Amino acid sequence: MVSELNISEHKTPAKGNGRKMHPHKFTLWVAIASILMMFAGLTSAFIVKSNLVGWRTVTMPDVFWISTAVIVASSITMQMAVRAFRQRVMQQYRLLTAITVLLGLGFVVLQYMGFHELWKNNIRFIGASGAGQFLYVIFGLHAIHVIGGMVALVIMFGRAFFGRVKQYSPVPVEVMATYWHFVDILWLYLLVFFLIVG
Amino acid sequence: MSDALHIQPEVGTSHGAHHDEHHVHHHKETFITKYIFSQDHKTIGKQFLITGIIWAIIGGLFSVLFRLQLGFPDQTFPILETFFGKWAEGGRIKPEFYYALVTMHGTVLVFFVLTAGLSGTFANLLIPLQVGARDMASPLMNMLSYWFFFMASVVMIASMFIQTGPAAGGWTVYPPLSALGEASIGSKAGMDMWIIAMALFVVSQLLAGLNYVSTILNMRTKGMSMTRLPLTVWALFFTAVLGILSFPVLLSGLILLLFDRNLGTSFYLSDIYIGGQALPNEGGSAILFQHLFWFLGHPEVYIILLPAMGMVSEVLSVNSRKPIFGYMAMLGSMFAICILAFLVWAHHMFVTGLNPFLGSVFVLLTLLIAVPSAIKVFNWLTTLWRGNIRFTPAALFGIGFVSLFISGGLTGIFLGNSTIDIHLHDTMFVVAHFHIVMGVASFFGMFAGVYHWFPKMYGRYMNNTLGYIHFWVTMIGAYLIFWPIHYQGLAGMPRRYLDKSVWVNFSQFHELDKMITVVSIIVFAVQLMFVFNFFYSIFKGRKVTTQNPWGATTLEWTTPINPGHGNWTGEIPEVHRWAYDYGKDGREFIPQTEPVGANESKH
Ligand code: HEM
Ligand SMILES: [Cu+2]
Repeated sequence: MVSELNISEHKTPAKGNGRKMHPHKFTLWVAIASILMMFAGLTSAFIVKSNLVGWRTVTMPDVFWISTAVIVASSITMQMAVRAFRQRVMQQYRLLTAITVLLGLGFVVLQYMGFHELWKNNIRFIGASGAGQFLYVIFGLHAIHVIGGMVALVIMFGRAFFGRVKQYSPVPVEVMATYWHFVDILWLYLLVFFLIVG
Repeated sequence: MSDALHIQPEVGTSHGAHHDEHHVHHHKETFITKYIFSQDHKTIGKQFLITGIIWAIIGGLFSVLFRLQLGFPDQTFPILETFFGKWAEGGRIKPEFYYALVTMHGTVLVFFVLTAGLSGTFANLLIPLQVGARDMASPLMNMLSYWFFFMASVVMIASMFIQTGPAAGGWTVYPPLSALGEASIGSKAGMDMWIIAMALFVVSQLLAGLNYVSTILNMRTKGMSMTRLPLTVWALFFTAVLGILSFPVLLSGLILLLFDRNLGTSFYLSDIYIGGQALPNEGGSAILFQHLFWFLGHPEVYIILLPAMGMVSEVLSVNSRKPIFGYMAMLGSMFAICILAFLVWAHHMFVTGLNPFLGSVFVLLTLLIAVPSAIKVFNWLTTLWRGNIRFTPAALFGIGFVSLFISGGLTGIFLGNSTIDIHLHDTMFVVAHFHIVMGVASFFGMFAGVYHWFPKMYGRYMNNTLGYIHFWVTMIGAYLIFWPIHYQGLAGMPRRYLDKSVWVNFSQFHELDKMITVVSIIVFAVQLMFVFNFFYSIFKGRKVTTQNPWGATTLEWTTPINPGHGNWTGEIPEVHRWAYDYGKDGREFIPQTEPVGANESKH
């Protein structure tokens, strides 16, 4: 009972109108806009450059398709974790969070393998420019954002396990999930972008 | 529209009225948590201010040094060798040193002083106090934002002490110069450190901006609707939004630069011969960097200007004892400025080979900025018009700001026409334009803010006499320095050159350059006097004895004279009206906290 009450109170912080977003969620959306601007800067740089002489295209290694499947799967487990938390099935929540982290890790490793393959195919840093150089930078920065998400997930996971205070508010979990879906969708955008423009 | 008081776990509320004087928080505080790793927004604001002051002294000193070179190119100053050794052998500033000085001057003043020092100080101090919140949405993030700024500062300072010196390719760090270590010693390790420092700086700005936006939107006290916010808060809000959306783009540009520098990629480099050798880079575009840089760079100038605009609006209204004229027009024009700020960046690139048709679009958009700017000027003047003006130092600096903004805005219109810009680009005219409209004007806004809110920061006043001397010398000095520089630019004198004596036709400016240098030194000395006044007054200034010394309507003046962490001892007051009820119904001012009376007239 108590937990129910708390939850509803947290959803509409101190306000009568339930329409309003929780401040942390709001802050996250602003941060997402900011991150998007960075990738918008990079992808528009890509477009500008792809029209210049000396541009080399790149064929994407197939590993990136596997990593796409993995990150989409991790989004699903993340969402299931949120649901488990809301229903307070904590055992399941922990399990799903752990799987999400592992899938995230799998994604980063797969990305690394993709880079490795590109490198073997003679896409290097030194010399003429081309889609490959952008690919390293853009996918690399994306992977850093995934790693950031994993670190946050691990911290949250640790809290759920060892925290002395029981967490009832779903807000942190929801914020986390939103971020996680965001990096997922960002990846899909980048993939499609490279398939079409690259 | 009231807002959550409960979402502030870190800040305790009052223990009740029985010990008013006692601080409102209940956690134990040591020197370290109170003054160093503080999460109190007021302390963080002061940290930004004092760090900014130190940076301003450094950056200002650099300008005195290169002005010495410009004013007295054929003279030697042995003292320079004493201090700077090989950089000023024989008392003469070396070219490499000159470029390092101008680059650091620009970087330091634009980013570290007028961005971090200005909005860092006043956003932190004023947002929670004026919206009626006990602290920022996330005090922890707020503290981190200062410490990221601090780390950025450490890296930037350190770059000045390495063997090859700091970055020296201009504050805009255009490649290919900045991308090739072989090209100049200022493009070696110093340049990498510049990029790292700026990356840390961007992180600091993003943490800060996120916090400002979410505090303003989510933590307003009961009754504080968005249109009851003082214009300072609005200006800081727009500033934060601009920063959040444009700094990441700069970061992306800098990351690519870092790759080009260290890994040999060709994002910006193409077909380059250096020392008789061809580099393998191909297909890069230096213009690409300019696009990424100015996509931040132009919003950046408004990031610098908007906080000053907001504070000047407030200071002018309070000190002319009149409501601000055209509150909604002020909001609308700030909004328009923000939108346009993202659409005009290419006016810095008219002569880079930009397609002239595209150029004409940017001319149009650029000149459109004159409209909201003119509206704001009109409103400030109308606010002052027939006011009962109290000429405090803050008010004088506010008025000075308006004057400078007009002068500098007008020269912007020259530059905004791409055809005229062919003649004026990269001349001293540009230098004069942006120093007046951005540099000096924003400093004036900052001074107005410091004099005005010093009593809230330290519970004391700054010395008025020194304040008046500060104002008049700086005001007259600024015009004496920068007005003639316009003429140099019109005559075609290029910027960024350390010795123009090879051009016979510039010899007419020798004496003028000497005058400018001498005035710069005087003005710099007077700024040191201001710094003295600032620190002296922290400890020895006249004490504030009333809660609301300026008779202002806004919430910060309802806190105790020396507010503790949490700002208000009791409940946070409720707001019943807008922030500008001055000279209404025969009353000098009506605080925002006073309920609207039954027979009160509308504003
Ligand atoms: C009516 C308003 C304005 C117009 C039309 C305008 C136009 C321009 C143009 C066209 C340039 C490029 C000149 C060149 O490099 O050839 C320029 C430079 C500059 N403007 Fe403005 N400007 C205006 C107001 C402002 C304001 C309000 C600020 C700052 C608060 C500002 C700051 C700067 C800076 C910093 C530069 C030089 C950057 C550099 O090259 O180092 N301007 N302006
Ligand atoms: Cu501009």
